[in-house]
Amino acid sequence: MHIEHIDEHFNNRNVTEMNSDYYLVGIEDYPTDNWGRFKRVIKRSFRGELFVGLWVVMREMIRFDIHTVKYPEEKMPIGPRYRAIHQMKRLWESDAERCIGCGLCEKICISNCIRIETKLDASSRKEVSEYSINLGRCIFCGYCAEVCPELAITHGGEYENASDQREHFTMYQDMLTPLDMMRAGTQLEFEGFGSITPHEDERVKKTPLAY
Amino acid sequence: MEMAYLIETVIKIVVILLIFSALAGIGTYFERKVLAFMQRRLGPMNVGPFGLLQVAADGVKLFTKEDIVPTNVVARVFKIAPVITAATAFMAAAAIPFLPSFTLFGYEVHPIVADVNIGILYILGIMGVGLYGPLLAGMASANKFSLLSAARGAAVFISYEVITGLSILAPIMMVGSLSLIDFNAYQAGGITSWILWSQPVAFVLFWIAAFAETGRTPFHLIANDHEIIDGFGTEYSGMRWGLFFIGEYANMFFISFVISIIFLGGYGDGSFLGALGLLGKVAFFFFFFLWTRAAWPDVRPDQLMWLCWKVLMPIAVLNILITAIVMM
Ligand code: SF4
Ligand code: SF4
Repeated sequence: MHIEHIDEHFNNRNVTEMNSDYYLVGIEDYPTDNWGRFKRVIKRSFRGELFVGLWVVMREMIRFDIHTVKYPEEKMPIGPRYRAIHQMKRLWESDAERCIGCGLCEKICISNCIRIETKLDASSRKEVSEYSINLGRCIFCGYCAEVCPELAITHGGEYENASDQREHFTMYQDMLTPLDMMRAGTQLEFEGFGSITPHEDERVKKTPLAY
Repeated sequence: MEMAYLIETVIKIVVILLIFSALAGIGTYFERKVLAFMQRRLGPMNVGPFGLLQVAADGVKLFTKEDIVPTNVVARVFKIAPVITAATAFMAAAAIPFLPSFTLFGYEVHPIVADVNIGILYILGIMGVGLYGPLLAGMASANKFSLLSAARGAAVFISYEVITGLSILAPIMMVGSLSLIDFNAYQAGGITSWILWSQPVAFVLFWIAAFAETGRTPFHLIANDHEIIDGFGTEYSGMRWGLFFIGEYANMFFISFVISIIFLGGYGDGSFLGALGLLGKVAFFFFFFLWTRAAWPDVRPDQLMWLCWKVLMPIAVLNILITAIVMM
């Protein structure tokens, strides 16, 4: 009894009381004798389904309810968490680049398209001297943004990255938040683990030198 | 007199060629627009106002494209095939009266190149020859999809040509002439004298056959894009492919003229209104070609043959018999 109930539920899992618009399409058995086939031909010929089709497309044409987005002039809004070209963030208070050169993103990138070179700067602090993402290979999986302990690399919403030069795909400077935008305080931040807190600058620890 | 006749004919030919080549281009524009609107799109919008110059852009593209003749094709046949399609389409136009005769600068113009007394036979024959375009193109292309398309073309051709001939026989018996001008004169008495009312079955049959003849959507088998790529046109590029295209669209216009003249009274009594009426009817039939393309699915080749041989042909024969009995 119980099993039967579950069975029924499983088979009808789309057909609940709430959306009882669902119904089974009536499919007739195929005719087996010639008279039946003949009747089917007559029925199909004179049922006028072809004219229903004609009417439907004509109705749409008269209604003129065009759904085209005229792309270069009009753009669809994209989700705030859309994974397009990466953005490199800055620290809020010092304008310094937020990336600490830990190399996690380079390590996790499954298409091997991030490349980092680091060196020690004048104050013996680790500094990123070279950072490039080969966007021609990037699959925009978002692992780099997920693994970054400083939320230094995130995805932005810029998706028009067609170019005739491969080099254009790797410009760190293009991904870095511009200084004037930083000063205007419009750098987009995300919440979550490792997200920015006020006075973050003071609490960033120097990378130990003994590596 | 002879000279004047010659000059007049040449001018008519040039005018028809120019007008219908241009119409073929504009026809593609309308096809795109109508299909787009029916599918809630906008169609071409960017070249020129409302995309009107898209036709010109496509023309420039076709003319300037590299003309590729692939290796392994039978080059001579491959090159001549598109010409057959386009040429036969325009040749068929010779016996079609496009407008009633009118007077221009005191000179009476008959807008028909040659009023041959076997006009319909000539048109059907020439359109039949037009089949050699796709057939030869497909067989010469050294491409299995093209070959399939050629085979389909031949199979479809023998099916629908029977219907075309038989369905038109009953009206011919009523009119007693094969000239389209006589057909028009027979129906000059206004709407009530249209052959459509006395021969509705023949009208529907001929209309169905016209779809097969022009290879438009319910019977778009010879170049069915999602099954056999572009069929016989797969290996063609540039203007050679463009000739197939012009042939197809010119054919659509001409067959619309033929249907309107045979069944729907043509230009009626030959007044200005009658001429406008003919153009309106042609426009409707052309629009219907586009309309069905948006609405209807394609049938399989075997279904088309089944339909032609087992359904339409018996009906056509019955129609002829009944017409004959009634006329006796
Ligand atoms: S999004 Fe994925 S593929 Fe692209 S750089 Fe980041 S980790 Fe690599
Ligand atoms: S994971 Fe973040 S902090 Fe580490 S190197 Fe990459 S971007 Fe810089």
